[in-house]
Amino acid sequence: MKRRDFLKSVSGLAAGAALPAMPAVVSSAYADARSETLLIVSEGGPNNLDIHGVGTNVPGYEVSWNCYDRLISHEMKAGPGGVPYYDRDKFKGELAEEFKIDDMSVTFKLKKNAKFHDGTPVTAKDVKWSLDRAVSVGGFPTFQMSAGSLTKPEQFVVIDEYTVRVDFLKKDRLTVPDLAVIVPCIVNSELVKKNASEKDPWGLEFTKQQTAGSGAYKVTKWTAGTEVIMERNDDWVGGPLPKIKRVIWRMVPQAGNRRALLERGDADISYELPNKDFQEMKANGKLNVVSLPFSNGIQYIGMNVTKPPFDNPKVRQAVAYALPYQKIMDAVMFGLANPMFGAPADKPTEVAWPQPHKYNTDIEKAKALMAEAGVAGGFETTISFDLNFAGVNEPLCVLVQESLAQIGIKTTINKVPGANWRTELNKKEMPLFTNVFSGWLDYPEYFFYWCYHGNNSVFNTMSYKSAEMDKLIDGARTAAATGDKATYETDVKGFVDLAYTDIPRIPLYQPFVNVAMQKNISGYQYWFHRRLDYRALVKG
Amino acid sequence: MLAMIGKRLMFAIPSLIGVVIVTFLLTRALPGDPAAYFAGPAATKEAVEQIRKKLGLDRPLIEQFFRYTNDLAHGDFGNSLTTGQPVAAEIRNRLPASAELTLLGLIVSIVIAIPLGVLAATRPGSWVDHLCRVTTTAGVSLPVFFTGLVLVYLFYFQLGWSPAPLGRLDVFYSAPPTVTGFYLIDTLIARDFEAWRSALSQLILPATTLAIFSLAPIARMTRASMLAVLASEFVRTARASGLSPATVIVTYAFRNAMLPVITTLSMVFSFLLGANVLVEKVFAWPGIGSYAVEALISSDFAPVQGFVLTMAVMYVLLNLVIDILYGVIDPRVRLEG
Repeated sequence: MKRRDFLKSVSGLAAGAALPAMPAVVSSAYADARSETLLIVSEGGPNNLDIHGVGTNVPGYEVSWNCYDRLISHEMKAGPGGVPYYDRDKFKGELAEEFKIDDMSVTFKLKKNAKFHDGTPVTAKDVKWSLDRAVSVGGFPTFQMSAGSLTKPEQFVVIDEYTVRVDFLKKDRLTVPDLAVIVPCIVNSELVKKNASEKDPWGLEFTKQQTAGSGAYKVTKWTAGTEVIMERNDDWVGGPLPKIKRVIWRMVPQAGNRRALLERGDADISYELPNKDFQEMKANGKLNVVSLPFSNGIQYIGMNVTKPPFDNPKVRQAVAYALPYQKIMDAVMFGLANPMFGAPADKPTEVAWPQPHKYNTDIEKAKALMAEAGVAGGFETTISFDLNFAGVNEPLCVLVQESLAQIGIKTTINKVPGANWRTELNKKEMPLFTNVFSGWLDYPEYFFYWCYHGNNSVFNTMSYKSAEMDKLIDGARTAAATGDKATYETDVKGFVDLAYTDIPRIPLYQPFVNVAMQKNISGYQYWFHRRLDYRALVKG
Repeated sequence: MLAMIGKRLMFAIPSLIGVVIVTFLLTRALPGDPAAYFAGPAATKEAVEQIRKKLGLDRPLIEQFFRYTNDLAHGDFGNSLTTGQPVAAEIRNRLPASAELTLLGLIVSIVIAIPLGVLAATRPGSWVDHLCRVTTTAGVSLPVFFTGLVLVYLFYFQLGWSPAPLGRLDVFYSAPPTVTGFYLIDTLIARDFEAWRSALSQLILPATTLAIFSLAPIARMTRASMLAVLASEFVRTARASGLSPATVIVTYAFRNAMLPVITTLSMVFSFLLGANVLVEKVFAWPGIGSYAVEALISSDFAPVQGFVLTMAVMYVLLNLVIDILYGVIDPRVRLEG
């Protein structure tokens, strides 16, 4: 080959490569499709379209929320920064036209014009079948139902074709709110039963692949790990007809690319970006960035109180005085979190959760406490974190490691793969670790019941046991159920105070849920599940 | 010829059996408990046990293995837990995406690297030789995900020439009916030229990324092998006989220099499939590599086993093709075979 021929072939190749890059001829149908379609990009996608399925992941909850209806849902109120925020205490009917809460039961009258996606009307037997399913399939859905004392199929009673009664097992303030979470969704029972088998009586295999609900959207195409396409259900009666006709949800694993897609205006909404990106996007103002605190959620440093040296409260207090709180806020969270530390010494404890504790970074005080505990020379330990959230956890642990070294605690960082984290937490052997907990139901006693109670649930990661604590938590739960406000308030203040003096876990901050969207997108609502509600979104 | 193919395939059977056993044991040895992972963030111990039972993970290992091989014999690769789909179907859908990308990357790479290597060998020490050295060294020193990100930043984010890195087609085009699984071919069969264009423009950046990475071995091997052949006696004889330089280089020298290049190509193809994982992540490509990695992260056994098995079969076939190609290029191999 001669040089000239070679060059010719190279330039030919270059021209060929440039060809498809020229602006594409845009057909008008294409432009219409764009204006009525919402393009969402995120890191992960659903693994199951049904929240009752085995091991449905968090993105799967988003599909369920938008494609299925519940009997009731929450009203909206103005949240921080004027962003609509779900109102914990106010409910409205979704499939229910009206509902009446009595002493030991709640009765729902269904909307008579509600239809499933295939056109069959929604009736009381569908509601009963769906709630029976939620309390019977086992795993996460059943667990969530039990959090509101909903455990037995006998609790759900069909009165007539359009009336259902839910009986209370015992007085529990969380029963009605638990009927408004994602799990008690109403499924098309006839359709699913047709596709169920002996081995799979609840038809989980069928609903894994397609939505069988009455919700505002239905999934028309799902390619696992790649995309989900949802179309609006024009016959939806659960609320005002949504503005967005079509939702395309693409999985883009690279955070940098998701940001590029947003900034170029190709994608409409994204979440799950590094805090630094959100902070920069907020600063340059090209996009709308909404940041709202996780309701009832905290990132914390936990210590295993069953083993020395952390069985000594003085050591735990020393750690609490040695943590680099402000540095973590600045360098790890880039300010996108609510501080949960350094409250003024004279601030009275509130009847609220989360609320900041009074510890602050004070190395001298920490050293003094270490000496008091008899470990002035320090000790060695490991600090563990979940690699799935390495973006936050890794720098956080490095800062903690640095800071603890100043009071003589030498730490080795132990990175636990995401698949393994839950197992490790369950073993309750890690001496020192960081983790996040947030509850769907936004009540202090709910948080404390899972995280501090002596029945030692998975989330009591510190294995903390205290008879006094249990008495206060149980007291608050009973007081809430019976409406005894005075006892409730003293008990809540009591357990918060005790949690902060005994300090088995040290709250660092309340994280934010961050969502970035184009300027022409409006109507974002914050929900306890922190996923998107497409029904309220508007484009243009 | 057929006898040779048959013999080669016979040899592959023990290695495939070995692969089945090793992948089964390796995936079981992975840290992490799939039952705890899939039971979700709020699971109790009982919930985890329920899931374990549902997944059949409470049975003894040997029973799990026999159930697995039995399913395999029936063409059932099991179900992925992360994506919720049958593994066989997923691999069938995703393999063409990876293969199309890898093949295109390889073709681009060959089209650039072989002429570059030949030119560098015929003019050692010239500017072409230096160009060859610099581009190949630069290409192989840059990690693929980095090259990919730079290309996206430059051609999509800054210049806007390239479409959004969102997989195989623009979001608003629908995929052509599947015939081969290769979008470039399927869109032509469906006579959907707009979609063909979209598929091609989506392919350019990732294919270029792979090509840049694989330039070095191909170009260097072509150059070295050409240099050796050009210095040999039959080339000197051909030159002395007054044959034109083109005839000497293309007909005599190049054909003889091809053997080591073919071997390199097979190696490059296999490590491109590996490099693919990162490129697929950067370009949100729905390929087989990103699928396997995601499965690995969540201790999802079935897809990992399916992936390794598919790859093993592909390697066996690839080696077979290379052996046949040897025979076509070099008559001596045919005689020995």
